Amino acid sequence: MSGPNKQYDPVEVAALDPAVIDQAVADAVAAIAAADSLDALKAARLAHQGEKSPLALANREIGALPPSAKAEAGKRVGQARGRVGQALTARQAELEGERDERILVEETMDLTVRAPRRPLGARHPISLVSERIEDIFVAMGWEIAEGPEVESEWLNFDALNLSPDHPARGEADTFFVAPAGSGLVLRTHTSPVQIRTMLDREPPIYVLCPGKVFRTDDLDATHTPVFHQFEGLVVDEGITMAHLKGALDAFVQRLFGDGIVTRLRPNYFPFTEPSAEIDCQCWVCGGQDPSCRTCGGTGWIELGGCGMVNQRVLRAAGVDPERYSGFAFGLGIERSLMLRHGVGDMHDIVEGDVRFSRQFGMEI
Amino acid sequence: MHAPVSWLRELADVPADATGADIAAALVRVGLEEEGLSGGDIKGPIVVGRVLTVEPEPQKNGKTINWCTVDVGEHGQRVTEGKAQEIVCGAHNFGPGDLVVCVLPGGVLPGGFEISARKTYGHVSNGMICSARELGLGDDHDGIIVLSTLLGAEAAAALTPGDDAIELLGLADEVVEVNVTPDRGYCFSLRGIAREYALSTGGVFRDPAHLDVAAANDDGYAVNVTDGSPIDGVPGCDRYVARIVRGVDTTAATPQWMSKRLTQLGMRPISLAVDVTNYVMMLLGQPLHAFDLSTLSGGVGTRRARPGEKLTTLDDVARALDPQDLLIVDGDDRPLAIAGVMGGESSEVTAATTDVLIEAAHFDPISVARSSRRHKLTTEASKRFERGVDPAVAAAAAQLAVDLLVTHGGGTADPGVTDVDQRSSRGPITFDTTLPTRYVGLDYPQDEVVGTLRAIGCDVTDEGVAEGGVVVAVLPPTWRPDLTDGPDLVEEVARVRGYDQIPSVLPTPRAGHGLTHGQRVRRVVANTLAQQGLVEVLTYPFVAPGLFDALGYAPQDVRRRAESLVNPLSDELPLLRTSVLDTLLEALRRNVARGQRDVAVYELGLVTIGRDEPSKAPVPGIEVKPDDETLARIRAAVPDQPRHVAMAAAGDVERGGPWGPGRKVDASDAVAWALSLGTALGLDLVVTATERAPWHPGRVAGITLQDGTVVGYAGELHPKVTSALDLPARTVAAELDVDVLVAATGVPLQATELSTYPPAHTDVALVVAEDVPAAHVEAALRSGAGDRLESVQLFDIYRGEQVGDGHKSLAYRLTFRAAERTLTTDEVSALRDAAVAAATERTGAVQR
Repeated sequence: MSGPNKQYDPVEVAALDPAVIDQAVADAVAAIAAADSLDALKAARLAHQGEKSPLALANREIGALPPSAKAEAGKRVGQARGRVGQALTARQAELEGERDERILVEETMDLTVRAPRRPLGARHPISLVSERIEDIFVAMGWEIAEGPEVESEWLNFDALNLSPDHPARGEADTFFVAPAGSGLVLRTHTSPVQIRTMLDREPPIYVLCPGKVFRTDDLDATHTPVFHQFEGLVVDEGITMAHLKGALDAFVQRLFGDGIVTRLRPNYFPFTEPSAEIDCQCWVCGGQDPSCRTCGGTGWIELGGCGMVNQRVLRAAGVDPERYSGFAFGLGIERSLMLRHGVGDMHDIVEGDVRFSRQFGMEI
Repeated sequence: MHAPVSWLRELADVPADATGADIAAALVRVGLEEEGLSGGDIKGPIVVGRVLTVEPEPQKNGKTINWCTVDVGEHGQRVTEGKAQEIVCGAHNFGPGDLVVCVLPGGVLPGGFEISARKTYGHVSNGMICSARELGLGDDHDGIIVLSTLLGAEAAAALTPGDDAIELLGLADEVVEVNVTPDRGYCFSLRGIAREYALSTGGVFRDPAHLDVAAANDDGYAVNVTDGSPIDGVPGCDRYVARIVRGVDTTAATPQWMSKRLTQLGMRPISLAVDVTNYVMMLLGQPLHAFDLSTLSGGVGTRRARPGEKLTTLDDVARALDPQDLLIVDGDDRPLAIAGVMGGESSEVTAATTDVLIEAAHFDPISVARSSRRHKLTTEASKRFERGVDPAVAAAAAQLAVDLLVTHGGGTADPGVTDVDQRSSRGPITFDTTLPTRYVGLDYPQDEVVGTLRAIGCDVTDEGVAEGGVVVAVLPPTWRPDLTDGPDLVEEVARVRGYDQIPSVLPTPRAGHGLTHGQRVRRVVANTLAQQGLVEVLTYPFVAPGLFDALGYAPQDVRRRAESLVNPLSDELPLLRTSVLDTLLEALRRNVARGQRDVAVYELGLVTIGRDEPSKAPVPGIEVKPDDETLARIRAAVPDQPRHVAMAAAGDVERGGPWGPGRKVDASDAVAWALSLGTALGLDLVVTATERAPWHPGRVAGITLQDGTVVGYAGELHPKVTSALDLPARTVAAELDVDVLVAATGVPLQATELSTYPPAHTDVALVVAEDVPAAHVEAALRSGAGDRLESVQLFDIYRGEQVGDGHKSLAYRLTFRAAERTLTTDEVSALRDAAVAAATERTGAVQR
């Protein structure tokens, strides 16, 4: 290295020769272009931009020049280093881009493998249908009432105008709690909840009573001794059968589809008068398909029973029938599930096979 | 109830072109339910045949078929081939000489079943010999129809092979079958069905009870109606008509038209006397009984049975009578029949009978219903009496039976006519004619209301009611005992206009409360478990008595106190569950048995805690609200039924896969599930070390509220339990009382303000004896560390030489944070030392 030039005399310094500088830049650019990896580029950077690189060395020689020459030489070297720096930055970006692309390819996973480590569970579809039905009525301003499954005979039968001689009270349908004459049964419907509600609060009453009920049927494809029902009860001033039909129509439209309506047919139940059977328009064929499997080609599907609450029932529950009237209805949840979701065999609903619930997930 | 269309035409104006379906639709419109429609789709040749030869041919499949030749008159093979009809028949209840019913090729049986000559069992069978069911005549499929049995020997003797059996058996006639609801007893008769049809169509009804009835006199047979113990004050019998026909040939053939109608109704003609009583019952709805007069000793009567009395009924069963059974007795007080249910053998009309006593009586529905149920004996008579028979029709029914016996049995009617009529008079219903409009929500003008009530047979007047008002006095017809109050009459008005006319009006309650807190909590519980991989199931709550032993319950365990059923579905499962696990474990087992290796299930449901001192629930009867004290006793007698949630799992809780092996479910998963319910409800549950059946004594945790209230238990099942219940080894389970969770929540939780200053972490390793539960150590650390402790996390448990036998080292990360500033290192050290000191004091922990 030359020492500082104090004489201000022009001195020939070989390293600062324009041709040499140009050559150094050309060598650097070629080496940078040739670098095919980030590691190679790092080596090229060291060789052409590092402290020992020709341009760095040339830069040091500038100090030896007379002041008059310094500016020009400094400009030349600075421009040369700038060109090398640009080439390095560009190549660096290029190589990093390639590397990033490659990593993404290498990280490819086969996500078609469906194997959750912790599979989600499921609700039972009876619970889901039940909650859905509850929500429909809650949205109409009703409330959900519940009661015990082991129930007193009076609340299950007598209060509902089912006298001791009514056929449904015999052993043919009812589970009696021991000892004989205990006055307790497994409730045969959720109607005792209606009575409890009327005993416990003043009208207006708008309640839905869903729950588990029991009858001594053997399990087969369409029957089960333990099943679920929802009953509705409205007691208010001026309640009519038209209100009953309005509530049922609204319900079937929410559960089975817009435009579906119900049909009432006269029937007999001890707890209602007048009483009716509820049919619902077939939401599958709309009555258009004589071979429809859902409605059997009739266009109508039997859903349950309903009617105006018998005044004897109101009296037994302490409601004044001169001031209030009411309606009640009862439908099966299993039947709703079977119809809405095409469940063909009751066994699947009651046997607790996880495969059955898993089909439905958490919402239906 | 079956109603042949041809019979209906005699009683009501039915348009000539009306089909069975039209008639059914008219009946449905006024509230009868259509059960079926038969006939009308049958086509000949269906003829009477006389069996000539029967050759039994055993088949390879073990059956024996009969290769028969049958004389079918001038039909079939006689015409085409000049020989008798050759038919293969599978039945064996006939032989050569019998008259049978043959459908020949070209004929069509009910259901559109077309018959052709076909090859079967190595022969060409030219038609079929028919059973009653194949012809749509009821359900009898035990064998083919032998006409001498079906119609009686005499009627059969009049038949010739080749006679048209369609006409003979009324097969072409359509029969409408309707379901009769319990309030419409009168529809158990052609008279009732025709009345409803006329009501529906507005046409004419011809009452078959309008006939010349001999007036009652004092010369009739002695009848002594008594009732020493009426049920609820209602006498067992309030009308008894007795008529006598002497010199009847009870072996005379039942007329063909009568046999045909009985056959159409699904009844088998038996003998003239029986057929006449059945025919009258089917027409008028009045059950009749025919006694052999010679077996009676001067008079009949009614009374309740005496303890120990017995009667052999017509079905040849010797029955022990109950003091509540109403009996028909003879002059010597000897039981003859259970009133309204079934007659006795001793007074049965037989072929030797010449003098017949006809009984047409009206019995208390309740009394008949109880006897019928008590003796498990449902008859055509009891069915009608239970639902209400028109008490006014008795005399006409007896008259018609007498007339028919005289005409067809050659007898002479006694001039004496007994009619003991003790009916209490029925008061009218005071009826506001605006009630239908107010009750149904459809406008029914007063003249329509009154018109409808008159059309159904009511007597409507304004006698005894305020003049000029809308209130009328309505006396229902005798055949409608079900009409007792205003709403009953509203139903009549509504059904005659048609329920299809009722508008649809959505009732609009005031704003509701939505779901209750408890209902919302249950949804959270159910969804929280499902989201963690458990599948909800719903099981029957019935359990076996041996289950509590299998679960290892101690003798005094309260969970052994199960309620039981008088009439369980299965004698093996008479008890009601006291825990949800009682029945959930069986669901788990079934899933495993069906090939599910990894199963996690849960159920939310009620359990029944048996009553300590069972009290009888009073049953005070209908229509009246019991007094408060009785209601309280009713409620108190109902056992407690808390709502529990139980979980059970076996196999892998984390699945193996491309990422590595799976992880077996263990006791800590059950505890974690239980605690997750607390987390989901914002409730800080406490885990305690405990012992509890049916869990492994070393792998069960008690779950409590902060105040120590027990919520439930979680852990691994005892190996003896898994083995006794055939469950996979290491099955885990938990059961919690949801009602406790509900009660512990619901008060709005008050938020803690968040500090934005940095946390300070510090780790401590504490050596404790092996039997010290980690929860105790954690609780001690928390109490010692004070309010600035944000969290305690157990991140490692070490056992080994460095801590010594019988000890373990628990490594905790303590996180501190202050609300108002950054804690200094010295402060954190001091807090940590305080925490450790508390742990040392309470659990003997030594810092490593």
